[in-house]
Amino acid sequence: MTATSDISRPIGLSRTRQLLTHPTVRSFTTFVALGVVAAIVTGPQGRTGDPTYSISKALQPGHLFLWIGIALAFWLVLVAWLAVRGQVRAVVAGPRQQVRTVWGISYVRWVFYIVLIVLAVLIPREFFGEYWQEVTVTSIGIYALLAIGLNVVVGFAGLLDLGYIAFYAIGAYATAYFTGTLPVQPPFTINPFFALPIAVVACMIAGFILGAPTLRLRGDYLAIVTLGFGELITILAINLDSITNGSRGAFGIPAFTIHLGPIHYEWGLDILPYYYLLLIFIVLIYWLFHRLENSRVGRAWTAVREDEVAAQACGIPPVKYKLLAFAIGASTSGFAGVLYASKNSFINPSIFTVNRSILVLVLVIFGGMGSLAGSIVGAIVVQGFFALVLKNNWFDPADIYMYVGAVLIGMMIFRPQGIIPSKRRAREIGLAERGLGSADALAAPAGSPTS
Amino acid sequence: MTADNAGARVLVDVDNITLRFGGVTSLDGVSLRQHEHEILSVIGPNGAGKTSLFNCLTGVYVPQEGSITFTAADGVAHPLVEMKPHNVTLLGIARTFQNIRLFNALTAFENVKIGVEAHQRTGPVGAMLHLPRMRREERDGDERTFELLDFVGLRARANELSASLPYGAQRRLEIARALGTSPKLLLLDEPAAGTNPAEKRDLEQLIRRINDEMGVTVLLIEHDMRLVMSVTHRVVVLNFGRVIAEGVPADVQRNPAVVEAYLGAPGEGDSDAAAG
Repeated sequence: MTATSDISRPIGLSRTRQLLTHPTVRSFTTFVALGVVAAIVTGPQGRTGDPTYSISKALQPGHLFLWIGIALAFWLVLVAWLAVRGQVRAVVAGPRQQVRTVWGISYVRWVFYIVLIVLAVLIPREFFGEYWQEVTVTSIGIYALLAIGLNVVVGFAGLLDLGYIAFYAIGAYATAYFTGTLPVQPPFTINPFFALPIAVVACMIAGFILGAPTLRLRGDYLAIVTLGFGELITILAINLDSITNGSRGAFGIPAFTIHLGPIHYEWGLDILPYYYLLLIFIVLIYWLFHRLENSRVGRAWTAVREDEVAAQACGIPPVKYKLLAFAIGASTSGFAGVLYASKNSFINPSIFTVNRSILVLVLVIFGGMGSLAGSIVGAIVVQGFFALVLKNNWFDPADIYMYVGAVLIGMMIFRPQGIIPSKRRAREIGLAERGLGSADALAAPAGSPTS
Repeated sequence: MTADNAGARVLVDVDNITLRFGGVTSLDGVSLRQHEHEILSVIGPNGAGKTSLFNCLTGVYVPQEGSITFTAADGVAHPLVEMKPHNVTLLGIARTFQNIRLFNALTAFENVKIGVEAHQRTGPVGAMLHLPRMRREERDGDERTFELLDFVGLRARANELSASLPYGAQRRLEIARALGTSPKLLLLDEPAAGTNPAEKRDLEQLIRRINDEMGVTVLLIEHDMRLVMSVTHRVVVLNFGRVIAEGVPADVQRNPAVVEAYLGAPGEGDSDAAAG
């Protein structure tokens, strides 16, 4: 800034400064910078002995300008959107209100749900090849179930659980144990169907044991403890060789079978029957949790999440409700673990790493914290994207988390409430932006007990 | 008034409690008794320990010495020291907060309903399966919530976000939420703070109606002397963590110790003036 004083100019802002701080200019610079960063990270691998190889290759004009071009295309979309946002909202407001009114009619909702379920039944059967059917079951279906469960913990009760996959492991290993595929033999072997209730109870107990001492802690501490618990379970699975068969894992976990009077059915190598089984469970659990959300219990969770002191003043015991959410989430995770173990027929500790816990959390945040429908949509979008990348070999799969991270950051900036926001969470974020409270699952409840 | 209450049951008996934070003594041997159906005010300058007293009563703070007993609806006297805040609420003591603490992202209706649900028993299984008890409790809860919103005059705004209500309405909503827990004793922490004169008149009436129509005993912390003098039966004055005066409003107002606590001793004022 030059010191030449011009009295007519507003104090403290030179013309260059004014220009540089103009929002459009700022976002332009940001996007150019993003393009450069993207060019570098998508560049070739480095070479030993030539430290500048990677960066100089990445910054070659063709590659660099391609990425800056892509970034600027996004910038143009953003600028255009900001320019027409007002008009678009005004135009959309009327129809939107109509949709809301129609949505308020109960049978419309039912018809919508039934159509969705019919589509969910038909699409994988009619249009998907084997690869996509497999993806629908093991990547999307199982993870949708996991995300729904984690949503109870993170979205409803506002507890950050970074060791969520540990319960998935407990469910899977419980199945392996009770079907006799671990080095230690159970007193009796059972059909994986019966492992479902066992895993649910085992995970509830595990969740209770982990939660009872730690849920008295405030947000960040809980996250660290659960992170540790997740690691602990993985390391135990690797090192308890004589019990878990170490890093080789368990093989030949039997498939689900039904023997009900005259009905005999076995889930074999076909993928679709697993899909239908999973679909039934997802719909059922979704429905139960949806009811839970709109009940005394769900409201108590919201109360504890928003203001623990005020919740206590309303007679809500916070630790009890946190523990309840934690146990419900844990048992859903265990449930998914049983389904996975039996479907895949083989498990090993590398499936249950902390990365997976984070992945499930990403699905929840992506879809919308506190929104059950969001969890499913998040699983479909993110996991579907992963599968697409792997199938078409767009880039090195090892880089995938980098791109997901970038998308997540963008999401947090432009749509923190997720793809399908929960009504309550969206309001909390709206209020937090106006400085009227905290929308952060991590934050200690507004104010300390000192009122 | 004290004569009227002589025969009434003692509802709260605070006996000689002392609360310290490190070297600071917030309450120093405070004793007070409140009778059933009485409206008692606790007044005193800022930092006198009024809110600390509330927090001791509701289990948020645990006093180092002394005891507090509360006679619940079952006629049994329960010790309150070391009881968890939510259990205090379930026992029949509800409170509001000096700085309003509503659930901001919920509607007025939902806020009150959370209070109403304090004594319900529906658990997760009942909620998931819509068991008969859950349906009955939902129905009763909705009804009671609307009654309470009516009572504080907010029924028309039931579906508005609590954070978007005007200040005075938020105060009344917080009172409705507290009443939802069916208390025997209601603790109001500066309910008139920040309200305008019209809202103050409404509040005065509301406190009377809570006392008369619902039969709820009210313990009030308030700075607004007009409200204190018009609505309360008896006043306790705190200063520096001690009870310095107690009695009917008119007497307390004339008590030299009270005047001194609020305005400073004449000698002090003179020396200040001399120094200045």
